[in-house]
Amino acid sequence: MKNENLIQYIYGIADNALILGQRLSELCGHGPSLETDIALTNMALDLLGQTRSYYQYVARLTGDEKTEDDIAFLRIERQYKNVLLVEQPNRHFGYVITRQFFFDVFHLLLLQELQNSKDETLSAIAKKGIKEVSYHQRFSSDWMKRLGDGTEESHQKVQEAVDDLWRFTDELFHLTEDDKEAIETGIGIDVTNLKEKYNKKIKEILEEATLTIPEIKWFQKGGKQGIHSEHMGYLLADLQYMQRAYPNMVW
Amino acid sequence: MKNNWPLWEVFVRSKNGLEHRHFGSLHAADAEMALENARDVYTRRNEGVSIWVVESKHITASNPENSGELFEPAQDKVYRHPTFYTLPDEVKHM
Amino acid sequence: MSEKEVKNIRTEGTRSLEEIFEQRIARDEKIEPKDWMPEKYRQTHIRQISQHAHSEIVGMLPEGNWITRAPSLRRKVALLAKVQDEAGHGLYLYSACETLGISRDELYEQLHTGKAKYSSIFNYPTITWADIGAIGWLVDGAAIINQVPLCSTSYGPYARAMVRVCKEESFHQRQGYEIMTKLANGTSEQKEMAQDALNRWWWPSLMMLGPTDAESVHTEQSMKWKLKRKTNDELRQQFIDQTVPQADLIGLTIPDPDLKWNEETGHYDFGEIDWDEFWQVVKGHGPCNKERLSARVNAWEEGEWVRDAAMAYAKKQEDKKLKKAI
Repeated sequence: MKNENLIQYIYGIADNALILGQRLSELCGHGPSLETDIALTNMALDLLGQTRSYYQYVARLTGDEKTEDDIAFLRIERQYKNVLLVEQPNRHFGYVITRQFFFDVFHLLLLQELQNSKDETLSAIAKKGIKEVSYHQRFSSDWMKRLGDGTEESHQKVQEAVDDLWRFTDELFHLTEDDKEAIETGIGIDVTNLKEKYNKKIKEILEEATLTIPEIKWFQKGGKQGIHSEHMGYLLADLQYMQRAYPNMVW
Repeated sequence: MKNNWPLWEVFVRSKNGLEHRHFGSLHAADAEMALENARDVYTRRNEGVSIWVVESKHITASNPENSGELFEPAQDKVYRHPTFYTLPDEVKHM
Repeated sequence: MSEKEVKNIRTEGTRSLEEIFEQRIARDEKIEPKDWMPEKYRQTHIRQISQHAHSEIVGMLPEGNWITRAPSLRRKVALLAKVQDEAGHGLYLYSACETLGISRDELYEQLHTGKAKYSSIFNYPTITWADIGAIGWLVDGAAIINQVPLCSTSYGPYARAMVRVCKEESFHQRQGYEIMTKLANGTSEQKEMAQDALNRWWWPSLMMLGPTDAESVHTEQSMKWKLKRKTNDELRQQFIDQTVPQADLIGLTIPDPDLKWNEETGHYDFGEIDWDEFWQVVKGHGPCNKERLSARVNAWEEGEWVRDAAMAYAKKQEDKKLKKAI
């Protein structure tokens, strides 16, 4: 497998962690309780930690003195390969938890497979991440139940988030050309195989939460090809601000 | 002042072999959340291997006003301590 | 019974609760939540501990302002962890305060209605990345000077919370100084940014240590209860003496033309502090008072349905359990 394919494959995984970590960081200091604020920040830190491991690996693969920060901050929007789901804004706590839950379930399944990757670095990053993401899934599942089966208002709010965000979940299971190549060499994971388990887990928790999956026929996609929603540009404007305003400096 | 999360006391075992020690308190709606919050709040720096949480209202505490009758009678029972007894200097392993 | 014992028991009966209490503190004994305490002690502690807690959580906002824009991943995670620590510290302190018989919600209420104060320094805006360095270096530096003596204050829960806070806080100031060092050794733009931040944060940091002793209403009582071990002016002098060499070391200039080493006193002399500005900010006229308070109020109000949901869910689960038991 050529380096460039491997790098693109890693972006497909790592950019999700970066962008979701960035979204969660926005909430620091604004959570519904101090305890919840601290918990959300812990997840952001886990995700950003994973991001750094992936990007440091990409930097090594690239050579020519690239750093994790060049990769995180200096690509143009079309070069970020995260799914649309993770860039969706923090409309309210129901959105935050639902987005997290939809992603966590996928993320855990992915890492459980990725730990068997022939690529030793990816396998090691996955093994470490599994512990963190298991906790994320536990946290977001518990909150889905609390919001879904809490008050009438909370039920309605979180159902609104489910209805709105479900259309972004199908993209999690799409294969890109780089994915296909990575699968062939035993490095990548065939995410199409995860869909059944994913749906089962989602259904199980949502049922407990007295929530329903909306019946939709048309799902959104594009993130994996670098075609993002309008929210992404603003997220990147924040993320990249310093590196763009003050190029080539050390911080 | 409606529907506020109750207060919980958090006890953490910092490593196996040691007892759980009172670390502090926090607010949570239920026991599960109290455990998760305790993990996030009190073990961010690797401080623990096991957590207990108990809702504060379930703890019965002795009243300091009674501490005279509760604890002072033990003060002059010096014969309960090994140093009360005199032994010859030569004796070993006792 | 020895003569001494007889005497002790006799005098015991003649002392008032208040005398016994003050003597305990003088002997460095700790006061614990259920112990008898004068009402004034309780009120003073609620005021100081909650002010301290409010400062921690309001203090999350100016720094939180730069989390999404931190210039590197390393800086981003360090800043996130730091701001998160402040949430933790707020939580420890609210918990300590709650042992005095007031709930966190009541304390929030006092903050949200403007009845309770928090450290005025957080009413200044963070307008460049260097401000994050300056806050860590100066504001946390001044805070540590205030806080370390509190680890041995007389009220047990407060002292224990402060031990934890100080232990965790130690990385905060280093982080800030590291940021400033990098900037001061960087490009001319970076150095300028660092100097500009020092210029804006220096005086508010000095004010942070409180009004001068002559103006300070609480000092004497607070000293007796070990809520304070040194006066505001002593603390301020200590802060200046330790910070000036740190600025020199990285080639930044303290924005005070009157600053000068005094061979005789062994301290730095410094210029007049603009106390008018200080009192204006305390009274609510700082650049960000409104923003800070409304950010806290919003978080609380927008979180209400979430907190309610969790309680409703907990109640349903409890009821289910009871039903099963029957």
